[in-house]
Amino acid sequence: MKSLTYADVAEGDELPALDVPITRTAIVAGAIASRDYQDVHHDPELAKERGSKDVFMNILTTNGYVGRFVTDWAGPNAVLKKVAIRLGAPNYPGDTMRMTGRVTRKTDGEVEVALKGANSLGDHVTGTVTLVLPS
Amino acid sequence: MSDALLDKLRGLVGKPAGPPFRAWDAVNQAMIRHWCDAVGDTNPIYTDPVEAAASVHGQIVAPPTMLQAWTMKGLVPPPSDGDGAQAELMALLDGAGFTSVVATNCEQEYTRYLHIGDELTAESVIEDVSPEKHTGLGDGHFITTRTDFRDQNGDTVGTMRFRILKFKPPEKQEKKVPRPAPPRNQDNAFFWEGVDRGELLIQRCSACGRLRHPPRPMCPNCQSLDWDTVKSTGRGEVFSFIIPHYPQVPFLDYPYVVAVVALEEGTRLISNVIDIDPHAVEIGMPVEVRFTKVDDELTLPLFAPVKA
Repeated sequence: MKSLTYADVAEGDELPALDVPITRTAIVAGAIASRDYQDVHHDPELAKERGSKDVFMNILTTNGYVGRFVTDWAGPNAVLKKVAIRLGAPNYPGDTMRMTGRVTRKTDGEVEVALKGANSLGDHVTGTVTLVLPS
Repeated sequence: MSDALLDKLRGLVGKPAGPPFRAWDAVNQAMIRHWCDAVGDTNPIYTDPVEAAASVHGQIVAPPTMLQAWTMKGLVPPPSDGDGAQAELMALLDGAGFTSVVATNCEQEYTRYLHIGDELTAESVIEDVSPEKHTGLGDGHFITTRTDFRDQNGDTVGTMRFRILKFKPPEKQEKKVPRPAPPRNQDNAFFWEGVDRGELLIQRCSACGRLRHPPRPMCPNCQSLDWDTVKSTGRGEVFSFIIPHYPQVPFLDYPYVVAVVALEEGTRLISNVIDIDPHAVEIGMPVEVRFTKVDDELTLPLFAPVKA
């Protein structure tokens, strides 16, 4: 896995897009890996009773995809300092989340990436990740 | 919305969400692997000791975004879980009908990456409770908590600000029974076709000129079967009215007004008076026609008070 250095990136650089298939397996695996047993993340009937159309991805899993999306691009020597996300349209089974992002700031060894993950309903996640790259 | 509820909720701001929670397990390779498999993360620093040692991290590290997962209480929460402001907040909101929950924001800052064997403790404080907000999911309150994560030495390894929406799931939409459409027949077709065009028509005898309503084939004055129509101004006054209470029918919203409206032209018709508190309707009140779409299929000539 290639690692980027601070000199390799410039403001405006686009990250390679990542298409994440939102399967039931992905939703349940993410919920359980994050020890989140809220029924809306694994039980479709209870999810419907609670006003949702189906089970949906939990925020911890989304965080995991955000981290992966950035380090898939930046490589093993990147060090994440901050991840700030906001959730919008839910990730329901059968959808695909397309993750895109670009470098918005580069100062004193720190790089800021603005990103989003959009599904067929709109933006599932928008946010920024701050990371340090080796010089 | 109840201000008393908001006061109670706000009273919990600044209080510990619960007792500090020490992670059930130390940071471990098995949980890291489940996480990486779940999100398809193949970064070798999480699972490959050789590659991890060669990286800036020097050893296996946990994915930083996994921070919160280490102190999730899981399927069987500790007995102390019912203590603290978080449980009190949730109980208050559940009791007020805000039974559903969804996470909306998460900000994590990492002081350092976590290593195998690190033992985390999470300490959370209720930071903010919003007034009731109308959202796409339903009405609810946003609750923000701030969590400090410390390691076995008491050093902070990360912090998190986490916002959830605790909301009322929208009532299951009962299929509304449509208001029955008045029957159309050969005698009254002209009247309803006029309504469809936004015209209120009155039947007029071609022989004696008398106006009549409701529509019928023969003039009650001269027995002529010949007729044409005149277009009403749509203005008139309330001749009499009632407010029905019983039996309630599913296709009307109560209370409502049934009125006999005397048109300027002299004929009377039965309709509803709308756009007014039913108890403010008075006999003699000037009204004018409103062609009202009561559902996708049906438009009716209803009446509303003439604005002064």
